Amino acid sequence: MSASGVSLEVRDLRKSWGATDVLKGVNFDIHAGGFLTLLGPSGCGKSTALKLISGLESVSGGQILIGGADVTGKAAADRNLGMVFQNYALFPHMSVAENIIYGLKVRKVPQATQKTSLERVAELMALSPLLDRKPAQLSGGQQQRVALARVLVSDRPLVLMDEPLSNLDAKLRVEIRSEIRSLNKQLGITVLYVTHDQSEALSMSDTVVLMSDGQASQIGTPQQLYDQPANTFAASFIGTPPMNLLAAEDVTLPDRVAAGVRGDKADLLVGVRPETMTLGSAGAGFSATCKVLSVEYEGSVFLVHLIAASGGRFIMAHHGTDAPQAGDEITVRWDNSAAHLFSRTSGQRISSG
Amino acid sequence: MNKRLPFGLAMIMLVIPCLLLVAFTHYPALRALLNSFWNNASSRRPSKFVGVGNYQTLLEDDRLVQVMLNSTFYALGTIPLAIGLAIGMALLVNAKLPGTSLMRLSFFMPTMLPMIAVANIWLFFYAPGIGLASQILGVFGLPPINFLGSTETSLVSMMFVAVWKEAGLFMIFYLAALQAVPENLKDAARLEGAGPVRIFFNIVLPLLRPTTIFVAVNALINAFRLVDHVIVMTRGGPNNSSALLLYYIYEVTFSQRDFAYGATLTVLMVCLLGVLAAVQYWVLNRKAHYQ
Repeated sequence: MSASGVSLEVRDLRKSWGATDVLKGVNFDIHAGGFLTLLGPSGCGKSTALKLISGLESVSGGQILIGGADVTGKAAADRNLGMVFQNYALFPHMSVAENIIYGLKVRKVPQATQKTSLERVAELMALSPLLDRKPAQLSGGQQQRVALARVLVSDRPLVLMDEPLSNLDAKLRVEIRSEIRSLNKQLGITVLYVTHDQSEALSMSDTVVLMSDGQASQIGTPQQLYDQPANTFAASFIGTPPMNLLAAEDVTLPDRVAAGVRGDKADLLVGVRPETMTLGSAGAGFSATCKVLSVEYEGSVFLVHLIAASGGRFIMAHHGTDAPQAGDEITVRWDNSAAHLFSRTSGQRISSG
Repeated sequence: MNKRLPFGLAMIMLVIPCLLLVAFTHYPALRALLNSFWNNASSRRPSKFVGVGNYQTLLEDDRLVQVMLNSTFYALGTIPLAIGLAIGMALLVNAKLPGTSLMRLSFFMPTMLPMIAVANIWLFFYAPGIGLASQILGVFGLPPINFLGSTETSLVSMMFVAVWKEAGLFMIFYLAALQAVPENLKDAARLEGAGPVRIFFNIVLPLLRPTTIFVAVNALINAFRLVDHVIVMTRGGPNNSSALLLYYIYEVTFSQRDFAYGATLTVLMVCLLGVLAAVQYWVLNRKAHYQ
């Protein structure tokens, strides 16, 4: 395939509906052939951002550059990008083949080229036997592949995907996830992906833009988001179950950390991932004494729900068989490297030594 | 536990609606069919079986030919016009323009009026010389036309009344269908470079097809069923130029009191409507599909 990606840059992107600011100045960029995901809870503005970049909605402020060229004022059709919609947006009255080549027809591509493009894409997406079917006669996964084929047939260098997997069952989701990822790698197409599912974001992306309330809360690689959450929102959004945030008063801090805390200790939040906590007694690292509320069996781990003295609740993932019982008084501990310190008032990460 | 309806009560609830259906639909239809094979009774001789005699009369009826031509022209004119107008109005009302609710109301208003009232309003419009239509012609310096009084214009005048009355109702159906067209289908087409006109013809119109079938069948039935305006405005005249089939049946049966021939014409109309509806479903349904 001749397609190869273009870069995308978004500068201070803004959108308001009347008095409501949906996007409050978002910046990010993807290199050509990259895979960037906008991740966030519903209502965070990620789908709006996608619509602005596609050109289906007009911006209230900011700039969109595709391949270095400013396309902010251009019509959707002139941006040379493809889009996969959440419920596929296949035309129900057209056959699979007609759906795929619709764009070529609109742009008056010669018949012979249409035919070869269709054959090539149908082959690639394993749709050749289904070309005469109507979308309603296809399974969800097949419909998804038609939607992808429709985008791929035009050799668009940039493809936007709006929660494309949310209508599929879990098994298919994992399959198509890797299919999308390999298309991105093989064909070199730049992909901008929108999802609320963190496991999709973490497993597929080169870069994740974590969005919250119309702003980019953190931008980084999946590892950065997981290992170094920049703020309490990132900490509590990424991970299953997410990072625990404990009040400093519930935690026994290592002396060096305690000495290093500037200002009020009450402003300090200690973040720790459930899977990095272990049962044990107070030692060199961090520890907390708490009571077991309940224990949930998850197959590979036990999720131990705990309550601290101040009433703060948190979760420990316990590996092994000797899980504590509900009602037990236990001490949990974790290493300095597993601890993340945040300011309670600003929500920002405090760079710990 | 499922509570079972007592058998007696169930029968009563079954029989009552059936009786209504039989009394007001099936029996009269059957009676009309039977009547069409008998001649009229008079005080001196009772009705007697004449076989297909009435149908032979029907084949030789010159006035019927004129009426059938009128009805055909009327249906072929009003149905596409009403549908086209309804789609146009629905698109207009569905667009995000100011004042759409007022527009919606005014488009729908004619539908709510009884046909008799509509006919009276249009009598004023068409009144030669003083009517609105003549006055509009006057503005352009054209001579007034006696719309209802001349054989060339009377039928077309009737058609405008019917379209004016019916399009509003059909608009409501199209409006509902338009609002059910998923926005992202239009978005997908837009991204491929399709303009608004192209999107309408490629995406929206095909998705409206089930509505069009429904509306077309209704419009067809109405084209034969609604004759109130003919009765009020022209009485089929002048010289039968605006007589429609149902008006002719009414006149034969109740003015000329020729019940046998009236029944024969009724059978003709029922058969005609049945065939037309079947054809319409078949033609339009071949390309309607989805979900």
